[in-house]
Amino acid sequence: MNRRIDIALTVNGERVARSVDTRLHLVDFLRTELGLTGAHTACEHGVCGACTVRVDGEPVRGCLVLAASLDGAVVETIEGLSDSGEIRDLQEAFVARNAAQCGYCTPGMLVTAADILTQAPNASREEIREHISGNYCRCTGYQAIVDAVEDTLKARRTREAVR
Amino acid sequence: MNEIVTPKSLGLSREDLPNSYIGRAVPRPNARKLVEGRATYTDDVTLPRLVHAAFLRSPHAHARIVSIDTSAALKVPGVVRVFTAADLAAVCDPWVAVLAHLKGMKSAPQYPLPLERATWQGEAVVAVVAETRAAAEDGVAALAVEFESLPAQVDMETALAPGAVVIHPELGDNLVFTRTAETGDVAAAFASAHKVVEATFHTGRHTGVTLEPRSIIADYNRADGTLTVHHSTQAPHMMQNVFATQLRMAESDVRVICKDVGGSYGIKVHVYPDEMAVACMSKIMGRPVKFIADRFEAFGSDIHARDHRITGRLAVDAEGRFLAFDIDDLTGIGPYSVYPRTSAVEGNQVVNLCGGPYAFANYRCTTTVVLQNKAPTCQYRAVGHPIATTVTEGLVDLAAEALGMDKVAIRRKNLIPDDAYPCTSPAGMKFEGLSHHASLDKLLEMVPVDKIRADQAEQRKRGVYRGLGFASFIELTNPSPFMYGIGGAKISAQDGCTVRMDPDGSVVAMSGVTEQGQGTEAILAQIVAHGVGVPVSKVKVVTGDTRTVPYGGGTWACRGAGIGGEAALQSAIALKEQILEVAGAMLQAQGASLDIVMGEVVDKATGQARMPLAELGRIVYYRGDTLPKDLARELVQTRHFITKEYPFAFTNGIQASWLEVDVETGMVKLLEHWCVEDCGRVINPMLVDEQVRGGIVQGIGGALYEHCVYNEDGQLLTTTLADYLVPMAAEMPDMHVGHVETPTKESLLGAKGAGEAGTAGAPAAIMNAINDAIAPLGAKVLAQPFTPDRILRALGTIA
Repeated sequence: MNRRIDIALTVNGERVARSVDTRLHLVDFLRTELGLTGAHTACEHGVCGACTVRVDGEPVRGCLVLAASLDGAVVETIEGLSDSGEIRDLQEAFVARNAAQCGYCTPGMLVTAADILTQAPNASREEIREHISGNYCRCTGYQAIVDAVEDTLKARRTREAVR
Repeated sequence: MNEIVTPKSLGLSREDLPNSYIGRAVPRPNARKLVEGRATYTDDVTLPRLVHAAFLRSPHAHARIVSIDTSAALKVPGVVRVFTAADLAAVCDPWVAVLAHLKGMKSAPQYPLPLERATWQGEAVVAVVAETRAAAEDGVAALAVEFESLPAQVDMETALAPGAVVIHPELGDNLVFTRTAETGDVAAAFASAHKVVEATFHTGRHTGVTLEPRSIIADYNRADGTLTVHHSTQAPHMMQNVFATQLRMAESDVRVICKDVGGSYGIKVHVYPDEMAVACMSKIMGRPVKFIADRFEAFGSDIHARDHRITGRLAVDAEGRFLAFDIDDLTGIGPYSVYPRTSAVEGNQVVNLCGGPYAFANYRCTTTVVLQNKAPTCQYRAVGHPIATTVTEGLVDLAAEALGMDKVAIRRKNLIPDDAYPCTSPAGMKFEGLSHHASLDKLLEMVPVDKIRADQAEQRKRGVYRGLGFASFIELTNPSPFMYGIGGAKISAQDGCTVRMDPDGSVVAMSGVTEQGQGTEAILAQIVAHGVGVPVSKVKVVTGDTRTVPYGGGTWACRGAGIGGEAALQSAIALKEQILEVAGAMLQAQGASLDIVMGEVVDKATGQARMPLAELGRIVYYRGDTLPKDLARELVQTRHFITKEYPFAFTNGIQASWLEVDVETGMVKLLEHWCVEDCGRVINPMLVDEQVRGGIVQGIGGALYEHCVYNEDGQLLTTTLADYLVPMAAEMPDMHVGHVETPTKESLLGAKGAGEAGTAGAPAAIMNAINDAIAPLGAKVLAQPFTPDRILRALGTIA
């Protein structure tokens, strides 16, 4: 149970090399090995989405992926997305709409919502609700989150149209 | 009544002032760290020499602990130590969760780990401490614990029957508490009634499912004999007292730090034995110990709630006036009453709240609280409210049906008139000022009832069954010592705020109430900015550290805005007066002729700028030699607040739910939801709306999805988020929130709580809407959650 494996990967643009326990999950790797505490553990079954991060451009559940499988991968967490400014507008919409209360689901929710911005730029409110249905929020009732994502989509479409 | 200042002298009516922040939708200053993943939850904290705890939990609902063999566990790499019940009992006194004012209440002593018997499946029995959580879990797996399974008393209905397993033999039976409130002549009222309706309702046992699980780091420092606890809790000072008392320490040697909390809803306001065990282990080892519950542990050891069977009768006259309510409530609370709030309060609230929105003379309500071998239940968001609202509003709809009356009309006829206050309810609750009729009016402006009824009739022709349901409710907020302190619990009902102006003219506010995401720190910043006269960006708020903030109660029963907010307002006013006194000395003017606007001392009459606060701060702190020698110059003020005239500030509201029942599958589709509520003065409408919406969704969860399901042996079957359903975005409706404002006269601020309103009324509105939808088919559901299975059984589709 304590077999270790060496991995080298890129996390938020920085190269990282570690020897990890083969059973270590990505979210625990990020939190305990790298101190990146933005992704959270909540259900540990891949149901709630609080641990969602990006691996090679795709949103994944950090509690279902083993760190040992990530040699050569590119991982982006909420910290990286914040520093790069990629989702600054979405984050500002979340603040403006109070789309976060306790904030525990928020990093995972943002990574999922960021996916909508690129994958479904014309998403309706119903489609936004469908898209974020794998990310549980116990505080907001979701409406403010849907509002924030919708605001961001509209703003981006307007910016595109002006261009 | 508070007589220090009037709203006029503060300028509450001058909403056009630049720094008039009360009533404005100001974004939360702490939201940015949440969206950037830079918050600090307890698990994000790490300390030198930190070790991690994991627990072996009872696999049986009821079992004798025969033997514990720790030898193999101690050989697991990384395992530091194993603790059994006796190890911890040596440093920790047991607690008994009763309240003196709940007469006759009894419960058994509870230890961090049980000495002889496990009494629910999921109870922590042995603790392993290791270098990592994974190693601690390996250690748990290597423990050899022999249990002798005992017969379990699982069903609350038979807990008092002859032959029931008495869970704590020294108590004599499984009865924890019973109370009957009776007013008027109930028997005569029923005898004279035109119609009597009766029904039995069930509210399903559910739990809070905080996304951040219960989390604690206890750090005992042998060098100075202090215990510092980083804790995901709603009540830091209460926990400080509990840790000190149980571990035989001075309260001043314990410090509880509570930074960001990932959801609480009442779940994190209780004393959990596994968390006490962590504190014990840290004290014994002299090093920090961390315990973060995993989801499986959370389902089996977080408090559950709302496990009630309620039978109710309502007597009405020929005009549809309510004559009497007669209600019998039964609830099972698990094997222990939970410390220190006790598990009898939920049932007690049912007695206090049934019939609450209505004017009637005769009332009888009994609650019976019994033990059972299931996870303990205790206070969860809107304690008792959804249960009382379900039985009350369910009976009101039944009465309307029996009389052939419109469901809005029967409510209109019986709701307490808006000019009837102050008054006392038949249950003995003192109401200062409620607005049921104004709220109903507002709701009817928002809900297109005629259009909905037309649509409903049209859809029915096509075999589509839609329903509209209403639920009025009252909500208990701003609790006084009559809630807990009077019963002997060391839970502060007063709260304080210290505000200080620093040299740069910024203001720091330290408050005893806490932030769990509801926006407490945002509204405190608004109130202080408003009270002092500075931009809200100039106010920094500190909460959640018992060493630095005024002693207070924290977050429970919707007290943050009403109690903590008033303390903040009064301290801000006091600071402003102090600043103006100093400014008067510097400007050779009377303090009363000056004002502060957006961080600038101004002439009150003309508004002319006289001096920035930063300049005043510079002189006070660095050139105090230039000021008069006897000038009081403390730019720091503290005020505490407690309600005085009323034990609670009741709020009220009404909800409506519009939904569709698929009679083929039993699935409920929510179409739209409305809530009008009156929380007194609204400090930040955006935050209140989101509190109400979040509360509605938690109410919807209990009504439709959430259920802690046990089998007849007391095995919990819903132990993951794949088994236990919580509301997801796709199923939730758009929710429309409206407000009526009836400020409480107990405070200058006038704020009452808003956090429970959504949860209090939503389940009853959903139930009434489902039953409205399926009424043409002669079906009715009264047991929550209203699952497809239960709906299909009611429809006769399945047997």
